Amino acid sequence: MSITVTNISKSYKNVEALKDVSFNVKSGELFGLIGPDGAGKTTLFRILTTLLKANSGTASVTGFDVVTDYKDIRNCVGYMPGKFSLYQDLTIEENLNFFATIFNTTLEENYELIKDIYVQIEPFKNRRAGQLSGGMKQKLALCCALIHKPKVLFLDEPTTGVDPVSRKEFWEMLKRLQQKHITILVSTPYMDEAALCDRIALIQDGEILQIDTPKAMISHHKKDIYNVSAHNMYQLINVLKQYKHQHSVYPFGAFVHYTDSRTDFNMADLKAYLESKSLSEIKIEKTLPTIEDTFMELATT
Amino acid sequence: MKTILYIIQKEFKQIFRNKGMLPIIFVMPIMQLIILSNAATFEVNHIKFGYIDQDHSSTSRALIETFNASSYFNVIRHYPSENLASSAILRGDIDVLLNIPLYFERDLQKDQYNTLGITINAIDGAAAGVENVYVTQLIQRFNTRLKVELTQTSDQFVQPEIIETIPLFWYNETLNYKTYMVPGILVLLVTMITLFLSGMNIVREKEIGTLEQINVTPIKKNQFIIGKLFPFWVIGMGLLTVGLVLARLIFNIPFLGSLPLLYLYTSIYILVVLGMGLFISNFTDTQQQAMFISWFFVVIFILMSGLFTPIDSMPKWAQHLTEFNPVKYFVEVIRMVMLKGSGFSDILPNLLKTTLYALIMNGLAVWSYKKTN
Repeated sequence: MSITVTNISKSYKNVEALKDVSFNVKSGELFGLIGPDGAGKTTLFRILTTLLKANSGTASVTGFDVVTDYKDIRNCVGYMPGKFSLYQDLTIEENLNFFATIFNTTLEENYELIKDIYVQIEPFKNRRAGQLSGGMKQKLALCCALIHKPKVLFLDEPTTGVDPVSRKEFWEMLKRLQQKHITILVSTPYMDEAALCDRIALIQDGEILQIDTPKAMISHHKKDIYNVSAHNMYQLINVLKQYKHQHSVYPFGAFVHYTDSRTDFNMADLKAYLESKSLSEIKIEKTLPTIEDTFMELATT
Repeated sequence: MKTILYIIQKEFKQIFRNKGMLPIIFVMPIMQLIILSNAATFEVNHIKFGYIDQDHSSTSRALIETFNASSYFNVIRHYPSENLASSAILRGDIDVLLNIPLYFERDLQKDQYNTLGITINAIDGAAAGVENVYVTQLIQRFNTRLKVELTQTSDQFVQPEIIETIPLFWYNETLNYKTYMVPGILVLLVTMITLFLSGMNIVREKEIGTLEQINVTPIKKNQFIIGKLFPFWVIGMGLLTVGLVLARLIFNIPFLGSLPLLYLYTSIYILVVLGMGLFISNFTDTQQQAMFISWFFVVIFILMSGLFTPIDSMPKWAQHLTEFNPVKYFVEVIRMVMLKGSGFSDILPNLLKTTLYALIMNGLAVWSYKKTN
């Protein structure tokens, strides 16, 4: 086990940020922590990176306890906070050298590990970090977190506010790092990224809802899901919510995802109901469940 | 050691890249030294003087002529009535008013005694006191002359000669206020700049989030603190050097004592200020808060340092309070070393107190600096 979290609870004044959270991350695993803003993801990261002490429970990283062996942990983990926090007034190269020095290493020593990422930003190595684009900043931050060849990498919402192309590239980089036997714990509010992890934990309001592989999580979904659309989406949601057989209704991209409480659901019935409510251009089709559907299912019950 | 050196190097890079900060560090203190040293004067000159002469006698004219001749009173105006004169004081046209009553000369000769009314604008109490002394001196001098004349005319017994004092002004023979002020203002600048910079520095890392990143590294907190504060120690010493050169070249301030001694003291003094800055930044979350708290302390330290008002004339409780003021010790030391040529044993008490202060302040600062929160 690379990371073990046992019954961790943490509260700030009146807010309970984490409630009795437990999970394990295996060595070399890419583990995703999926949940909305304010779910407690950052608090969990800060506890695991020894920046914050939990109120109760224990946690260990690579076998070291986060409270008693914090010094050992700081030597072998890489942490990339959610907010870009490198020196904006230093260049790419200076930032890297600075972090290499405080980890008692050099850029050359672990160059192999960051090479793939570094070559992409190397042409700009004399540019100050503050003048980089969002995607480049994120690559630089990842390089800095990897400079000392950590065993475990903590990435707190690394793709928040990053363009879709850079996001895709970033996840490819994580996959490559995983092949180099680095355990990665990554958090994200984007459900579509969850499918790229080995295992995911869904977290909401400081509680873990479910832990499983993305595939298993989708297949556990019991109810059929239907994409529904009409000329007026807002009215459609309101009307669907009033439907006596509805089980869940929530917007999903260009559609509304609908599940029915009955076992013998009939699309024609629903269509007739919607037409009676003066909705037009009605389309109903069956669709495959995603992680987001699982999350919505768990979060609302 | 390598880590500390690298952090120091990084800090200097950041300081020199900060286009907004650089002039604050090097140009502003020099300007302040030049402006403040020329402007912060205790001399009372060019007193705006007016008079009402109701007597129109030769004695009253002679008395006014005495004021006219004095270099301290330069704007002399005559007011025909008390009403006009008091509204002139109200407007601020004059600060000192001399009222010579009717029959002044006649009564003086008859009674050998008379009184004169002097009105002084005392909004600035210190200046009013000085003005009163000047006026009294002038009238006394006039009095002696008058006595001689009177004793000659009337056949009275000869009065004894008046005892005169001849002062010798040591350490500042010409009573040049700049000699007194420049070293003090230099202390003020070194303190202000190093406290503000060190107070804001670590908070800045907190604000931009880099501190969190650094806290997850194996760096030791003393390495980090030394690396962060050392550049400001260098800047403080550099400021002292620039200030001393300017004091010599522009203000021609003497330097009687030992230069290494002053540098020895300053090197310890700056540690106190840096410790204080670090302490402030540990208890604040933004640069704005750090700035406000630093200002609060700087204002108290400066006003209670003996720089502008002598500590001896403060109330007893305030005098005890100044014992906790590091600026007071530095002001004393710099004046002693530069103007009196005091040696090591003379400043030893201040040196020991400052060293103790540095130890306590930095101890508190390091203790309160936490890598976790």
